[in-house]
Amino acid sequence: MNEKKILEPEGVESQNGDRVDEKKIIQLKNVAKSFDGEIVLDHINLDVHEKEFMTLLGPSGCGKSTTLRIIAGFETPDTGDVIFGDVRINNVPSHKRHVNTVFQKYALFPHLNVYENIAFALRLNKVKEDEIYRRVEEMLAMVNLKGFEKRDVNLLSGGQQQRVAIARALINKPKVLLLDEPLGALDLKLRKDMQNELKNMQRKTGITFIYVTHDQEEALSMSDTVVVMADGKIQQIGTPTDIYNEPENAFVADFIGESNIIDGVMLDDYKVKFSGQEFVCLDKGFDKNEAVDVVVRPEDVDVVDIEKGMLTGEVTSVTFKGVHYEIIVNINNFKWMIQSTDYVAPNQKIGIYIEPDAIHIMKKSEYSNMFGDYSSFSDELERLSDTTEEEE
Amino acid sequence: MKKKSLLKQAAAYPHIVWSILFIIAPLIFVAYYAFTDKNGSFTMDNIAQMAEPSYLEVFLRSLCFAFLATIICLIIAYPVAYFISKTNPKTQKILILLVTLPQWLNFLIRTYSWMALLEDTGIINSLLMKIGIDPVHMINTPFAVILGMVYNFLPYMIIPLHSVMSKIDPKLLEAASDLGCNPFKVMTRVVMPLSKSGIISGITMVFVPSISTFYISQKLGGGNFDLIGDTIERQFQTAYNYNLGAAMSFVLMILIIVSMAIMNKYSDEDGGVVV
Repeated sequence: MNEKKILEPEGVESQNGDRVDEKKIIQLKNVAKSFDGEIVLDHINLDVHEKEFMTLLGPSGCGKSTTLRIIAGFETPDTGDVIFGDVRINNVPSHKRHVNTVFQKYALFPHLNVYENIAFALRLNKVKEDEIYRRVEEMLAMVNLKGFEKRDVNLLSGGQQQRVAIARALINKPKVLLLDEPLGALDLKLRKDMQNELKNMQRKTGITFIYVTHDQEEALSMSDTVVVMADGKIQQIGTPTDIYNEPENAFVADFIGESNIIDGVMLDDYKVKFSGQEFVCLDKGFDKNEAVDVVVRPEDVDVVDIEKGMLTGEVTSVTFKGVHYEIIVNINNFKWMIQSTDYVAPNQKIGIYIEPDAIHIMKKSEYSNMFGDYSSFSDELERLSDTTEEEE
Repeated sequence: MKKKSLLKQAAAYPHIVWSILFIIAPLIFVAYYAFTDKNGSFTMDNIAQMAEPSYLEVFLRSLCFAFLATIICLIIAYPVAYFISKTNPKTQKILILLVTLPQWLNFLIRTYSWMALLEDTGIINSLLMKIGIDPVHMINTPFAVILGMVYNFLPYMIIPLHSVMSKIDPKLLEAASDLGCNPFKVMTRVVMPLSKSGIISGITMVFVPSISTFYISQKLGGGNFDLIGDTIERQFQTAYNYNLGAAMSFVLMILIIVSMAIMNKYSDEDGGVVV
C-alpha cells in the first residue's frame, strides 16, 4: 500500500494513468526563494502537465502563492529553473509569458467597464474591433454575464467580479491559467457553484489550471493532482485519493481531513504494533522494529462491544454532526476521534475494531508527534484556526 | 430630530462666517473696485483698458509662462511621484518630507538663492569656468523665470500625484503586466487613467499660483518680463490705482476659471491623459 513514490516527479505520471501521455508544460527545478532572509521556497521540484488541473494546497505561509507568482513572472527565483515547454523562462517578464492569472481579489481595472476589462488583452494586441466584440461576447456567454457589457465593475457582486476576472484571464487563450485563491472571498454556496463551473471550464477549454487554495475540500473535489505544501517544501504530490488514503507524513495526514496519528513500531511486513497491541496491516518495506507513524481515519474505526474490541477506552465526548456522531475516546491516554452513526454515551466504555486496510503506515518525519491527538480538540478552536487562514 | 438638525446647522455657522468674511467679501470688493472709478461711480473703463496691447502682452506672457511651468512640473513630478509611491511606507513619508522641505524656507530667500546661483558671475557659472566651459547667460531670461516657478511650485504637483498613486492597488499593475502590458503600457493603460484626479489637482495647484505669481519674474527676470501678478502689485503698491489693479485681478480670475473649465472638460472627454 505504501510503495515509495513520492516527490519524484515521475511518480505523478505513474499514479495518474490518464496523464502519462500528456506533455510537461511547466517544470520547476530546484527552485528556491527567500524574502529578507526568510526561506519561502526551499528547493522545490514540480512538473505540471498539459490539460492538468493542479492544486497547490497548504496553510498560509507555506509558499504556494510564491510558487504561483514565480510561474506568473511576478517573482524571480533565487536559484533553480522555471521551464515552460522546453524554454527556460526565469528572465522572461510576465507580459511575455503565455500564462494568465486570476487574482485573489480579482484586481479588475476600476476605470474600465466589464466589456473593456475583458477586452484589455486583445486591445493590447491591436485585434480588430469586430473580432474583439466576437470574443468578448463568447467569454461573457461562457461566464454567464451576457448583458453586463456596460456595467461598472466596481458595482458588481463578488461572484460577478470573479467571473469577469476569469473571462479577462481566459480571453487570450493562455496555455496555463493561474488561480490564486479565487473563491476565497465568496460565500459557501457560491463557492460550491463556482467550483463546479471552474472544473467544467477547465475540461471544456483544455487549459492547464494551477489553483492555489488552503481549503482541502476544494482541492480534493476539483483537482487531478494535489500538491501539498508546508514550510516552503512540497510534502506530497498525488491524486486526491492518494493524498487522502496514503498521506506521506503526519503533516499531510493531519491537513487533509481528520486523522488519528499514533506512534507505532513496524514489527515485520504487514504487522504493526501500537497502543500496546499488534495489528495486521497492508504495508511493507519498513525496517524491522522501525518506529513509524500510524494513521487511522475516524470514519474507518468501528465501535464494538468492549469484549470484542481490539482496543478499549472511555468515551470523553460525543458531538452530533448530522450525518454521524463525532466521538472522542481515551485509549491508553491517547484521544482518538471516531465518526460513527451509532450513538454512544459519554463515560461509556467501548471497544474499537480496525480493519487492516484502514491502517496506513508512514515513515517518521519532522512533523511526527505534532498532530493527530484530539486531547485539546474543540470545534471552536478548529473554526478559529480556519478563519485565521488568509492570504500570504 | 429638530434639535439635532438645529445643532448641525449651528455647526456650519463658523464656516459660513469664515466664507463670507474671507472669500465672498473680498470678491465683492474686487468687483466693486474693478467696475468703479476713483470717485466710486460705475465705469467699464478699467476692464476696457485690459484690451490695450501692453496689457494683452502681459496676460499672454503670464499664460505662456504658467502653461510651460505647469507642463514641466508635470513631466518632472510624474515619475518622481511614481517612484516615491513604489517605496515602502516609511521611506514614502521621508521622501515626501524632503519634497516639501524647501517650502520651509521663506519664498523670498529661495528666490534670492536662485539669483545667486544663476547670475553671470554666480555659483553655476563660476563652476563652469573652473572646469573650462564658457559661462552661460541665465539670469534675466525667460528660462530663469520659468525655472523659478517650477522650483517653487513643484511640490504642489508631486503631492497630489503621490497621494493618488500610492492608493493604486499594486495588484492592478501586476494584472496589467499579466495581460501583456510592457512597463510603458502599464503606465499609459493603467497608472495614468487611475491617477487622473491627481493630475488634474496637480495642474490646478501649479497653474493657478504660476499665472498669478509676482516677484519671481522681477528678481529672476530682471524686470524684463512683466507678469500679471507683478503688474497688479504695482497698481496697489506704487501707482495706488486700486481700480485698475482690481480690474486686472478680476480678469485674471476669469482667465483662471476659463482655463480650469477647459481643462476639466478636455480631460473628462479624453479619458484623463492631459499631456
